[in-house]
Amino acid sequence: MSEEQIKNLEAQFEARIARDEKIEAKDWMPEKYRKTHIRQMSQHAHSEIVGMLPEGNWITRAPSLRRKVALLAKVQDEAGHGLYLYSACETLGISRDELYEQLHSGKAKYSSIFNYPTVTWADMGAIGWLVDGAAIINQVPLCNTSYGPYARAMVRVCKEESFHQRQGYEIMIKLANGTPEQKEMAQDALNRWWWPSLMMLGPTDAESIHTEQSMKWKLKRKSNDDLRQQFIDQTVPQADLIGLTIPDPDLKWNEEKGSYDFGDIDWDEFWQVVKGHGPCNKERMNARVGAWERGEWVRDAAMAHAEKQQQRKEKQAV
Amino acid sequence: MSTKNWPLWEVFVRSKNGLEHRHFGSLHAADADMALENARDVYTRRNEGVSIWVVESKNITASNPQHNGEMFEPAQDKVYRHPTFYELPDEVKYM
Repeated sequence: MSEEQIKNLEAQFEARIARDEKIEAKDWMPEKYRKTHIRQMSQHAHSEIVGMLPEGNWITRAPSLRRKVALLAKVQDEAGHGLYLYSACETLGISRDELYEQLHSGKAKYSSIFNYPTVTWADMGAIGWLVDGAAIINQVPLCNTSYGPYARAMVRVCKEESFHQRQGYEIMIKLANGTPEQKEMAQDALNRWWWPSLMMLGPTDAESIHTEQSMKWKLKRKSNDDLRQQFIDQTVPQADLIGLTIPDPDLKWNEEKGSYDFGDIDWDEFWQVVKGHGPCNKERMNARVGAWERGEWVRDAAMAHAEKQQQRKEKQAV
Repeated sequence: MSTKNWPLWEVFVRSKNGLEHRHFGSLHAADADMALENARDVYTRRNEGVSIWVVESKNITASNPQHNGEMFEPAQDKVYRHPTFYELPDEVKYM
């Protein structure tokens, strides 16, 4: 194709998105659109998969059967969300194996929040309430993104996600209304998860390199800073309601702008964790790669069984 | 490294009797039985279905959107296939 023709196709493509038309897997698309989507969707899928690990830590130690079934269901949902997103990503012409390879080799990123440890039961509450809360804010706009398979996967994800946040907040309510030790445990979890949750909404607009293009493709509808403000404004009253304190001395209601002012985020910490120097980066990757490698014989056995069954069927047909 | 990867399957779910099966997504599985079981766990964790079809993705033949012109345009100028094409006096009822 000549440069002129490609320019022409690109213009038509951008016009389709501007008209709110969806792009489907077999449609022509600019290489950059394909690459950006593979990057974002796979990162999203990897986050769901790695996100099971910090919570999996507490399944066997949940304080009651009610909490245990809820946590199990939540972790199972995350596996499901990872699978919806991987298969949506595969429609762009990358194989599941390549996607796993990118995660396991460290080439692809996942949300850096999952590199923090879950040291008490209250962390299950804080993760559901804050981490899933921030994730929902990030994800809801994606239900209208321009790439059809991604948008459809996100509709399903968002539908399932709201129970995650509610079960987390319920854990926090219970602890905050419990013994002084339980309340302290809840406060401690909030102290540790608050700032990483704010960072989850991404670098500041000034630092965010992909924002402009992503806005055009509706991969993003609001800037990181706007999303962060929304998250803070809706979460602070929820903390107040259960008598917990947001660990930010500069947090203050700003009557004039109708939202909260908040303190500086430690972006050095964010970039350190992104670059692999968080408290659990190595542990998470070891757990993930280990599970994949230890499962290899199972995958091979399943394939061998399927082939044998197929051969038997063909023989009988003769 | 595994020698063979599990193939890709497309999943269709009937959400209740009376409705058609609709494409829900895809997944990897070693064979059809496993694809059905995985589809149950991945796509119907909240009673989304009463029936599931799985078909190996390689068995689907899809039209090419770049040929949508030849493929679909011939239907565009055949307005006489629609009831509104035909002029009837206002007095005619039940037609």
